[in-house]
Amino acid sequence: MPFSRDQMAARAASDIPEGWVVNLGVGMPTNIANKVPLDREVIFQSENGVLGIGPAPEPGHENHWLINAGKQLVTLRPGGSYCHHADSFAMIRGGHIDLCVLGGFEVAENGDLANWATSENDTAPAVGGAMDLGAGAKRLWVVMDHTTKDGRPKLVESCGYPLTALGTVHRIYTNLGVFDVEKGLGFVVRDLAPGVSFDEAQANSAAKLHRPA
Amino acid sequence: MINKIVQSMAEALEGVKDGSTILIGGFGKVGQPDALIEALIEQGATDLTCVCNNAGTGREGLARLMELRRVRKIICSFPRSTGSVVFEELYKEGKIELEIVPQGTMAERMRAAGAGVPAFYTATSHGTLLARGKEEREFGGKMYVMERALHGDVALVEAWEGDRWGNLAYKDSGRNFNPVMATAAALTIAQVAHIRELGEIDPERVHTPGLFVQRVIEFKRGAPWT
Repeated sequence: MPFSRDQMAARAASDIPEGWVVNLGVGMPTNIANKVPLDREVIFQSENGVLGIGPAPEPGHENHWLINAGKQLVTLRPGGSYCHHADSFAMIRGGHIDLCVLGGFEVAENGDLANWATSENDTAPAVGGAMDLGAGAKRLWVVMDHTTKDGRPKLVESCGYPLTALGTVHRIYTNLGVFDVEKGLGFVVRDLAPGVSFDEAQANSAAKLHRPA
Repeated sequence: MINKIVQSMAEALEGVKDGSTILIGGFGKVGQPDALIEALIEQGATDLTCVCNNAGTGREGLARLMELRRVRKIICSFPRSTGSVVFEELYKEGKIELEIVPQGTMAERMRAAGAGVPAFYTATSHGTLLARGKEEREFGGKMYVMERALHGDVALVEAWEGDRWGNLAYKDSGRNFNPVMATAAALTIAQVAHIRELGEIDPERVHTPGLFVQRVIEFKRGAPWT
């Protein structure tokens, strides 16, 4: 049984240690925050100048001045703080964020990420903060389905889509497993979803997968 | 006596010229100076370059300004979002120019403008389509892209409170682009939810010191923004 989206988020969350400052991309990565127990103190940062995001507000207790990068209403944990956009991106671009988790269209075996445009002629692609996060975070993980809806592999030798960041992806969580990008080697299988074989993961990838040493 | 508080929206937007570059604060609806955007629509300036994180949603505010064909160019990080219909129509028909800028680069280009820094180098966008045609340079074995300061003729910002010297304090995530834009424009106009007496805003809480602000107008948003 491949991992469900919820299980992928939980799997990624289980690898985040207490004390890390983490930025989660819009979409699937945002769900990771719900899988980190509050007593494991992980500090979630959002591009719009929020550090220390807490759980979604209880109905009736929403603060309409407090949203995350996905424009959802959120809460602030005790110890949390606000800053302006340039300082928020100083955190990101200055290497102060321990981990960023983004969604992806493709990841290449050298750690390149494509996740913002589907072609050079894409009409008005939206980059948001992805290039800043891709270049600036200490670690970059990607959470995505292993293949596209029509079965095309998203782990590739080199990206066909326009790049977001070069050589910075460290790890990928997919419905089939967990894969590290090792410099000079490529994709290394760290974990497989229950019942998924190495050969099945390889058959769904367009780059060589390596068994862990 | 210094008094930057104006009484009408017409007074707030007075003198904004055709061809201006307008910096518009806010992230989503939070900290977005809606009343000033409406006033800009009334005021009539055209051939504008608008700098704003998103390219407007629905058919109001910035989207309305674009629909009226008053925006020649938009500079933003995230043009396509839920409900950005007007922008997408105009862009498809080639009726609006678009400059996509990574969000952090956009903020930093305005911080640079406000601080008198003409250009800077950043690792963001190196090796991507958005670095095309830009000078790249190596520092310490790593490649960086040169980005230029982004100045505004006018900045429209929203704050929670302001006083007659132009001091501003923001609320929660309503801060976002507003303080950065306030420093980067020749004419900064602030829409504030509450006008305070001079000295009433704790100096430790002033996020934008008054010298960055030229005009302040009170605008009550109402629920759920109170």
